[in-house]
Amino acid sequence: MEFHTLSSPHTKRVNRVDKVMLQVVLALMPGITAMIFYFGWGVLINAVLAILSAVAFEAMVIRLRKRPVMPVLFDLSAVVTALLFAVAIPPLLPWWLVVMGIAFAIIMVKQMYGGLGYNPFNPAMAAYVLLLISYPVEMTSWMPPYLLADHHLTLPQILAFKFSGVLPGELTLDAITMATPLDQMRTNLDLNSMISEIRQSPLWGDFGGLGWEWVGNWFLMGGIWMVYKRTITWQIPLAFLTGLVSMATIFWLFDAESFPFPLFHVFSGGVILGAFFIATDPVTACTTRTGQLIFGAAIGVLVYLIRTWGGYPDAVAFAVLLMNMAAPTIDYYTRPRTYGHGEVKSE
Amino acid sequence: MSDITYRNLIVDGLWHNNQALVALLGLCPLLAVSNTAINGLGLGLATTAVLVASNTTVSLIRNFVRPEVRLPVFVLVIASFVTAIELGMNAYFHELHKILGIFIPLIVTNCTIIGRAEAFASKNNLRRSLVDGISIGIGFTLVLLILGGMRELVGQGTLFDQAHLMFGEAARGFTLKIENFRGMLVAILPPGAFIGLGLLIMVKNLIDKRLAVRAMAKTDYAEEMRGLAS
Repeated sequence: MEFHTLSSPHTKRVNRVDKVMLQVVLALMPGITAMIFYFGWGVLINAVLAILSAVAFEAMVIRLRKRPVMPVLFDLSAVVTALLFAVAIPPLLPWWLVVMGIAFAIIMVKQMYGGLGYNPFNPAMAAYVLLLISYPVEMTSWMPPYLLADHHLTLPQILAFKFSGVLPGELTLDAITMATPLDQMRTNLDLNSMISEIRQSPLWGDFGGLGWEWVGNWFLMGGIWMVYKRTITWQIPLAFLTGLVSMATIFWLFDAESFPFPLFHVFSGGVILGAFFIATDPVTACTTRTGQLIFGAAIGVLVYLIRTWGGYPDAVAFAVLLMNMAAPTIDYYTRPRTYGHGEVKSE
Repeated sequence: MSDITYRNLIVDGLWHNNQALVALLGLCPLLAVSNTAINGLGLGLATTAVLVASNTTVSLIRNFVRPEVRLPVFVLVIASFVTAIELGMNAYFHELHKILGIFIPLIVTNCTIIGRAEAFASKNNLRRSLVDGISIGIGFTLVLLILGGMRELVGQGTLFDQAHLMFGEAARGFTLKIENFRGMLVAILPPGAFIGLGLLIMVKNLIDKRLAVRAMAKTDYAEEMRGLAS
């Protein structure tokens, strides 16, 4: 028996940036693998392209700022940003849009504010929103999941399309892309269809879209592992999902034919990814425990509001960015009482 | 106030005290209207006209207005000029007036104008106020023009689009267009205005820093020479 640690702290904590970031990368792997399975090689190409350009831009800016390059590159934060961005964008996005998004994320959103730890906004989500409002067509051209696709593109064909915009043979972009489940639900609801009608389509699985819901499950596994490893706290994901589900339940009970059931919301779009990987970004989220509960719940409510009445089918990126702005204020009002100071609640 | 030279007034208005890049005044119309170069130029010139007119008038009446009521009087002066300019633009540049819309009457609330009236024109003689109005106005217009040009170029791949609204039919050929470039919509939208203005301020600060370093090097060099000589 050996007792090395004689004085506090007695618990071992993962508190180095590169270790935390590495855990996030590992936790993303099941989800990314599932996405590659359902949506093809495009996801992997996006990820590689995003990582390479993120590292290149980071190195460039750090050199311009005359700081040591290597420690910043090996803290892996650029890699995490790149991966989160790569799983949020459509697999067939042209290469230059991927590079442009990453350039915006790293140069403008992250480094111009002072680098890791100083950026008020989540770089990956800011880049996603930039591309979404600038290039709505490209950013909403998702391929259908593998099980539903009529045409399966091979790796060289995907590369050819991403880098030079050439599609094989007679195919057009419309033939290989398809509305996402959220798009589908929204368009049909706008046409006053009933949800039981909408769900007749083969597009749907048990909860969300066929294939899509399973990607969510794999991200969920990674997320739960991160909570278990204490890489992230449980407050934000739980509050996020609770906020979303309670909003969805209220309206679903009110009218089940016009408002989709709660689990549809949880397993569609970027909710699981957002709850465990994006909203929990330690730099841009709240730091106090109470604050994290408020922060997460507000994101959940905002996601529901924007999805149901807003202009875009999915809303995780917008909701996260909006709450990023509010995070410092929430932190200010939820500071825990310092021991021995302030009012003590008696009885 | 005798150390104010006309040269300083001009350099301050255009650069060191540029109302858009340094004082950050009048941002509401600046950000809202600078989506094309021509819109920016149109609003900039209208603002300059109001600024020059209000500066001279305020300077002329500065000795007759009691300090207690000076702000209402300034606002009244500015509002009269804005109304005149608005009616004039509606008559002679009707299409441009339609595009700029509410932002022409809103020149009244542009902080730059009341700021110059209060801080400069009410304390200086006519000629100085006139020069100040012109240089501040042109500084503001230049920023609007550059920001508008930047946003237009990135956002829709053109430069001086719809120039005929301002310079007549003959100016249709002014428009430059980048072929096969669809543009990045965000530059035209409000976020593009904020990002663009931020980048302009960055460039200005960079240039200032370079100039300061160069000036420092020069004085160091001069001192060294003096040291060697003695």
